[in-house]
Amino acid sequence: SNPFEVKVNRQKFDILGRKTKNDVGLPGVSRSKAIKKRNQTLLKEYKEREKTNVFKDKRFGEYNTKITPEEKMIRRFAMERQQNYGKKNIYNLNEDEELTHYGQSLAEIEKLNDIVDSDSDTEERGTLSAELTAAHFGGGGGLLRKKVSSEQQDEEEEKPKSRKELIEEMIAKSKQEKQERQTRRESALELTEKLDKDWKEIQTLIARKTPKSERKDKEAEKPKPDEYDMIVRELGFEMKAKPSERLKTEEELAKEEQARLQELEADRLRRMRGIDEEANKKRPSHVSADDLADGFILDKDDRRLLSYKDGKMNIENEEEEGKEEEEEEGEEEDNENEEESQEESASEDEEDDAADGHSDLESDLESEGEAAENKEEKKHKANENESQNVEKLDPKREAAKSELPYTFAVPETYETFKSLLAGRTIEEQLIILERIQKCNHPSLAVGNKAKLEKLFGFLLEYIGELATLDLPELRTIDKLVLPLYNLCQMFPQAASDSIKFILRDAAHDLEEVIEVKGRATFPALDTLIYLKIVSLLFPTSDFWHPVVTPAFMYMSQLLTKCRITTLQDVIKGLFICCLFLEYVSLSRRFVPELINFLLGVLHISLPRNQAQGYTVVHPFTPVGKNLELLLVCDKEDLKSWEKKNVPLSIVTRLKETSRTEINHTRLSCLALCFDLIKKCAVLYESLPSFHEIMHPVRILLTQHMPVNEYPEKMQEWYHSALKELENKVKHYTPLICEKKKPVPLKQYTPKVVKVLEFGKKQAGSKKEQERKQLIQRHKRELKGAIREIRKDNQYLARMQLSEIMERDAARKRKVKELLGSLATQEGEWKAMKRKKWDN
Amino acid sequence: QLPTGLYKKVLVILHDSVLPYMNEPTLMMDFLTVAYGIGGAISLLALNGLFILIHQHNLEYPDFYKKLYSLLDPSIYHVKYRARFFHLTDLFLSSSHLPAYLVAAFIKRLARLALTAPPEALLMIIPFICNLFRRHPACRVLVHRPGGPADMSEDPYVMEEEEPSESRALQSSLWEIQSLQNHYHPDVAKAAAVLNQSLSEMEDDISGLLELSASELFDKEVKKKAVDVPLEFEQVRGLFGKKNDIFAEHFSLD
Repeated sequence: SNPFEVKVNRQKFDILGRKTKNDVGLPGVSRSKAIKKRNQTLLKEYKEREKTNVFKDKRFGEYNTKITPEEKMIRRFAMERQQNYGKKNIYNLNEDEELTHYGQSLAEIEKLNDIVDSDSDTEERGTLSAELTAAHFGGGGGLLRKKVSSEQQDEEEEKPKSRKELIEEMIAKSKQEKQERQTRRESALELTEKLDKDWKEIQTLIARKTPKSERKDKEAEKPKPDEYDMIVRELGFEMKAKPSERLKTEEELAKEEQARLQELEADRLRRMRGIDEEANKKRPSHVSADDLADGFILDKDDRRLLSYKDGKMNIENEEEEGKEEEEEEGEEEDNENEEESQEESASEDEEDDAADGHSDLESDLESEGEAAENKEEKKHKANENESQNVEKLDPKREAAKSELPYTFAVPETYETFKSLLAGRTIEEQLIILERIQKCNHPSLAVGNKAKLEKLFGFLLEYIGELATLDLPELRTIDKLVLPLYNLCQMFPQAASDSIKFILRDAAHDLEEVIEVKGRATFPALDTLIYLKIVSLLFPTSDFWHPVVTPAFMYMSQLLTKCRITTLQDVIKGLFICCLFLEYVSLSRRFVPELINFLLGVLHISLPRNQAQGYTVVHPFTPVGKNLELLLVCDKEDLKSWEKKNVPLSIVTRLKETSRTEINHTRLSCLALCFDLIKKCAVLYESLPSFHEIMHPVRILLTQHMPVNEYPEKMQEWYHSALKELENKVKHYTPLICEKKKPVPLKQYTPKVVKVLEFGKKQAGSKKEQERKQLIQRHKRELKGAIREIRKDNQYLARMQLSEIMERDAARKRKVKELLGSLATQEGEWKAMKRKKWDN
Repeated sequence: QLPTGLYKKVLVILHDSVLPYMNEPTLMMDFLTVAYGIGGAISLLALNGLFILIHQHNLEYPDFYKKLYSLLDPSIYHVKYRARFFHLTDLFLSSSHLPAYLVAAFIKRLARLALTAPPEALLMIIPFICNLFRRHPACRVLVHRPGGPADMSEDPYVMEEEEPSESRALQSSLWEIQSLQNHYHPDVAKAAAVLNQSLSEMEDDISGLLELSASELFDKEVKKKAVDVPLEFEQVRGLFGKKNDIFAEHFSLD
């Protein structure tokens, strides 16, 4: 380009590696570009500034860059056709004209072409009327003669017709014939169609298999399709074989299931060891040679973000109550908002509830009326529960079903939940729960997840309530565990939260009681059931688990803090011991409290003052009033005892039973204790200090137990326990520390840092750098925008000025013109006057 | 002779409300010595006053460590005065001039008793033992004995021995701590696993652990946030429906 238009930014210094963008500029070119652009945009706007009319481009897809031009054209064409369709153009006279052939529209013929197959036509075609053939091929003479003769015979007085007339007549005749045939065929077609329709109606009613004769009738009426046509169509419509997945055989299914279980088991083992995670977590970060290995680690930031869930704040710590109170105000506001939004749904639910309640009533009435039938129905229901997909044909079942509504809304409060289940049998309750789950599956609607999560809490509460009843309904609980498990599988997080909540409440109650009274008592049966449920829902062998570990802690507290004053306490304690054993059965973890408690239980089964060679710890005392709790002296009771499972209901109320029964229960407890010791021995035999752990128990068993007084069964228990304890080899290998990794020598190699961009500050993390870059870019853009605006303003001012100047120039020109014309006028006038004077 | 309750009350306040204001604190010497000799909780409480006398008033107490050693019994991990007792024991054993056999005997005894301790006590006692190892490197044979006999049929340590020097603690190893590495509480297991590695130089600060209570531990666990909750994969069949369920053998749902 023109060297005079190029501006060169002279560099003072040449710097290696620096890319220079702006060393050469073309100011003239860029300015003219900018002006051109403004002419196109700003100027237009400026000129239209006082105009309210807007030009709208409604062409289809004009500014849509996504579609290709061809497609755009096609679509436009289609739209045009669509718009014009059905409109009558008054100027286009040919539009409506229908093309006909022999008086019927061609379009219709085309339509009928398929159906009106050759069958009827062929006959006609085959038997072309003799007259016609004669007319076509016979040169007309014969025909003429024949016609004439016949006509002459009939009506002689008539004039003979001319050839032309004859032909016309013939044509008319054949036309008429054809028309008649046409109408006949049409009527036949109509009839078949009607028959078809009727048939279809009947077909649904009649069983699938039609009698052959009937079918034949039908076929006879239908025009028979050509064989060739049929084949062609079949080929056209024939589905191409698609590769489908092979059905798996049972073995394969079993294998898959096994593989899945194995995988899960491996995962469980990994969690049990708790090592891998750790290893993963602190995967050794790259240690530079410069690292001073001083092990200085910044403390982790353990501030917690506030979070809200279900309108409630997630506060885990009760201790921060002061803080909580401050926040509760905010929370309340939130709750209010929530409530407002919930009111709508609540009103809906109320309707549902009303409906439910109504059905409840009905069913109650029915059940009263059909008390006899009820049992049968229940059986049916149980069956249904097992095989839900079985077709329900039995009308009785249908009737039984109709008692329960098919859809349930998830209850919003615990009260509604309870009323929903109240008065139902176990099976019905299970069905209700299942239906609630199915009707409100989270994939069906948005809010269902939260609702079902709530349901889990309700169910837990309900189970707790059942367990605290005077006569605990443990059988019901036994069944209710299933839906609980399913819900837990769906929402692990919510389930763990609600169980943790329950555990926390229980633990805080315990702590309070200890603080107030100085000693604690065992909790009620519901807590024990909850602890058992924990082991059903969660893997207890994990090294750390959000639910199981607190449960462990809680149970440990129960075994160490709670006083043993009654037989129920002993049973509860043994129940917890069983829980402990179950929890650690896979992981074989060591539970000192368990051994202590069992030792204590054995201790209270002995007569007083025999504590020698072993010491019992906290809840049990070597001396005191609660000794001999399990001691049975009655010889008869000892004899008549038989090992029985201890009923759990005994925990809530010890029936006013006879001494004998109580004694039997005591003995059962003792047997249970022996069994637990045996199980512990099996579990812990691999521990290096197994013998030290079991030492007190062994001494007690061997030296103090009045074995000979016990019945034979008990002696069996005793000996099997003792055997497990005794026949373990003592095996001690001196400990050796793991070898320490050698610490690498400190070296002073230069620190190498990756340089991303020259001239930029490198400090800070990646995030910070990004932030800085963003700020920088924003600044640059802002400057550019300001500059542009300034230039726009300048341009506009220039435009205004030029407008004014133009206007002024025009005015000046006009004034000049006027003055000029006036001057000439004046001049002329003067000239005229002078002439007059002259004259 | 005072009733036990009063005895305890007196001893609890003696060291900071009585002894500093007495002209002749040594007068309390006999009282404290007798109290120390009673055993049990009273001995534990007398320790505090006795310590002041020994420390500030040059009381010579023969066989003090032997007595302290005999005070260690399973109940020390369960009693109310646990924090106070271990605070003092820590003080007594902080001297680096103690013979190795004595410290080893203490270590071994504490570890043995830890087999019956609740987790909150274990979390305290394991760093306590680690600290002892740091102060007395001669005792490290207890956790690291490279050239020892390969297999022993008996633990050389004699638990019943009253005299620390006779207990043969230095020939033993700390199998108890190894057992505790299998403890159900993850923190205890982790703490016990520390002894597998060679110890760091710095002593652990156990003052915060002395007062640890079970409920605190529980709260700490409950507050932990888990990213995901592993679930049991075995299908539930009922309350006692697991494979080999212990409950099904002994309890019925009636």
